[in-house]
Amino acid sequence: MTEQIERSEASELPGSKNVGHSDGLTNDTVPTGDVVAQATTPRLDGPLRFALLLLRAGPVLILILLVVVIALVTPLFLTPRNLGNVLAQTAVIAVLSLGQLLVIVTRGIDLSVGSTLALATVVGALMFQAGNSSFLVIASMVGAGILVGLINGVIFVKGRIPHPFIVTLAMFTLVRGVALWLSDGRPIQGMPEVVQAIGGDSILGWLPISSFIVVAVAVAVWLLTTRVVWGRWIYAVGGNPEAAHRTAIPVSKILISVYVFCGLTAGIAGFLTAGRTNAGAPTFGNLAELDAIAAVIIGGASFLGGRGRVSHALVGALMIGVIRNAMNLANLDSFFQLIVLGIVILLAVESDVLRGYLENKLRLAQAVRT
Amino acid sequence: MTKDPVLVVSNATKRFGGVLALDDVSVDIVAGEVLAILGDNGAGKSTLIKSMSGVHRLDSGSIEVDGRPVQMHSPADARELGIETVYQDLALFDNLGPTSNFYAGRELSGPSWLPRGMRVLKRREMSRATVDVLDRLQVALPDMEAPVGLMSGGQRQAVAVARATAFSSRLVILDEPTAALGVREAARVLDIIKRLRDEGKAVVVISHAMDHVIEVADRAIVMRRGRKVGELVASEDSREKIVSLIVGGEG
Repeated sequence: MTEQIERSEASELPGSKNVGHSDGLTNDTVPTGDVVAQATTPRLDGPLRFALLLLRAGPVLILILLVVVIALVTPLFLTPRNLGNVLAQTAVIAVLSLGQLLVIVTRGIDLSVGSTLALATVVGALMFQAGNSSFLVIASMVGAGILVGLINGVIFVKGRIPHPFIVTLAMFTLVRGVALWLSDGRPIQGMPEVVQAIGGDSILGWLPISSFIVVAVAVAVWLLTTRVVWGRWIYAVGGNPEAAHRTAIPVSKILISVYVFCGLTAGIAGFLTAGRTNAGAPTFGNLAELDAIAAVIIGGASFLGGRGRVSHALVGALMIGVIRNAMNLANLDSFFQLIVLGIVILLAVESDVLRGYLENKLRLAQAVRT
Repeated sequence: MTKDPVLVVSNATKRFGGVLALDDVSVDIVAGEVLAILGDNGAGKSTLIKSMSGVHRLDSGSIEVDGRPVQMHSPADARELGIETVYQDLALFDNLGPTSNFYAGRELSGPSWLPRGMRVLKRREMSRATVDVLDRLQVALPDMEAPVGLMSGGQRQAVAVARATAFSSRLVILDEPTAALGVREAARVLDIIKRLRDEGKAVVVISHAMDHVIEVADRAIVMRRGRKVGELVASEDSREKIVSLIVGGEG
């Protein structure tokens, strides 16, 4: 009889009200040791699930907390003018992190995006100097990004290189070198008006137009990752490359495509930077790749691949922007910004590890019950 | 039994360097029947199922599906023919839910004039079909949205088996489906195997667990050093004979 009760109980959905109910019943009728043990598992379940929920919501909660605390400390923070500043400063990181997100989901990394951003601005500035149309200037910036991404992806995949770290590290210096060479190591003034407007103007006196570009890219990435076959395959490749291969998912093409997309976002980020500064310069985007990677990880995506959403990249980018802005407002030395950001990254990675640990415990708890 | 075999392996031979992994092995696999493949480590069980699922190509001998000789060059070819294999590593995507796992690589999507990667997923349709298959096999999952990495070993095994059977497959090959499972979870998986048989599918199971073989299999073949050394009805009565064939005594 005990056997039967256990079976019917196990077939209930854990966490549903039915489980608790039947637990009470069995405790009354058959008070054996086994049943008592069964009754305790859901209790272990609850806190675990809550802790996981908290960890998942962590980045958003921390961002909200940050905003509240900073707003209380510095009244300047919540003024439209300053918020516009934060958004404008975050736009480039946000766009870069949206591209980086897809790469990280496939267990990769792209160190070259900062250099690619610089190259894009230089190419755009040279195109403008040569008297090309605004359209061609923009196309050349975005195209430069796509080209670098394609090279990254093809060398990584077709060269059978075990990890993209080295490939993109090589491109990190190579592309910066090309940008320096093309520009003779000097900034080049001048960008078409459209580019200046999109990269630097705001509406209502505070809301930067670049924010709309961020939103557009974010919506595109969200649609691609959640509604389209390509996105599903990216997560499959990130979750289990071997199984993806066995289920006839075109793993190589998917991997190349995420680097191409990442390069595209670097091109767009270059376009925004060039517009904001009305120039192209080989020194732009220095260390921007690290900001983008940090944003994705801080936002809650997993460095181990397979997991990460658009919201993660955006929240992470905003968090970096807010922290920098707050420390500027507080007149704190910029050295501290680096220290704080480093600590935040460590906390984020550690919470990812903790999440994996808790999920494993939850899994074991379920095996005990079924 | 008057049923025609789903898959026939005739005189299969496979060599890896100097090792004769399969030596003139012939097997008939029949719909609505569970066939157990038994044998010690290195007896050739894995090589046999891998040649049925398109991983290995035979050096000599033939494989017929529904009476027609076939050449399988890849697991994808085997799947086209309705042969699905669940290996011990399960090949699940731990970061994805049951539905995404079911449809990985064969997502329902449209419209068809778009390149495949850009087609829009038919998410509702896929999740409905997944629930149907899981219901049919009476697999209860805690949460249809949760990634399978959060599920227990038995639940994951159940998802992998259900996935293998979801797409009108005729033959399901299971490699050690109950290894590493607790008693109750193993019983669940055996129940699923019986349901597959009752649905008229052909099932091939590799297992070391004698009790499970006796419980679930209709027929058992025993392999030793690449050769088929016995084929018998799997029942309590033949248990001793099977064991002695495995270890190499004269049964």
